[in-house]
Amino acid sequence: MPISYFLAISAIMFVVGILGVVLRRNALVMFMSLELMFNAANLIFVTYANYYQVLSGQIFVFFIMAVAAAEVAVGLALMVAIFRNKHSIDIDQMNSLKG
Amino acid sequence: MSLIGILFYAFLAIIAVASALAMLIDRNAIHSALYLVLNFATVAVLYLALGAPFIAFTQISVYAGAIMVLFLFVIALLGAEKLSGSEPLKTHRPLAIVLALVFIVEIVLFTVFRNQDISPMVILTQDFASPKNIGLTMLTQYALPFEVVAFILLSAAVGAIMLTKAERSPAYKLSHGEK
Repeated sequence: MPISYFLAISAIMFVVGILGVVLRRNALVMFMSLELMFNAANLIFVTYANYYQVLSGQIFVFFIMAVAAAEVAVGLALMVAIFRNKHSIDIDQMNSLKG
Repeated sequence: MSLIGILFYAFLAIIAVASALAMLIDRNAIHSALYLVLNFATVAVLYLALGAPFIAFTQISVYAGAIMVLFLFVIALLGAEKLSGSEPLKTHRPLAIVLALVFIVEIVLFTVFRNQDISPMVILTQDFASPKNIGLTMLTQYALPFEVVAFILLSAAVGAIMLTKAERSPAYKLSHGEK
């Protein structure tokens, strides 16, 4: 398979992730879309690790996965804290700081 | 490439794109999370095809296993699988669709016209991305980033516990007027 096959899949997944963040109002689904974008970036890393035959690209994917796991833990904890206060995770209702 | 191979890759591409779109479209957050698990599994198969078996299994165990189970747990805990239909910001959605379309056009222009890389992918030796080689590289050349990531994970775990601890969370104190 040509390299561009993987690049195309990755580009489509990244755009769907952006659409999810921009269109959906459920904060949890927005988080999932972020994960989708992380995955698209990881796929590009692994593809070019294969293309240039350098292992560093694959090592970087592990670091991205670890940071994404940390981000999800803190983000979901924030969701729980926000839900306790507002009883909703609709992103449009988080406008308390609006002047 | 043989017909079977082409069919296999086409099948993978269709599953990956369709599950991502289904995650975007489905109204129920639980279904979205399950579609995302399917997408992660498909990407893991792509990693296997690219000669990265260790990453493929890490993808399954960390992403499809740990992270998505955390998502499902929080969705079930909050009971937030569906939101009410009301939309406070009326002009927001059309504007978002227009901006997303601009971005799609930009990506298509970049991948189709600018970046025409049709060189075939390399069939790597089995030794290249073996767990042994990955461990060696990570703990010698990338030892410092490895330690930094360990510290990030520790601080994220402590931060998550602090945020969800009801009595001592700063947000809770502020909203309830405690000092």
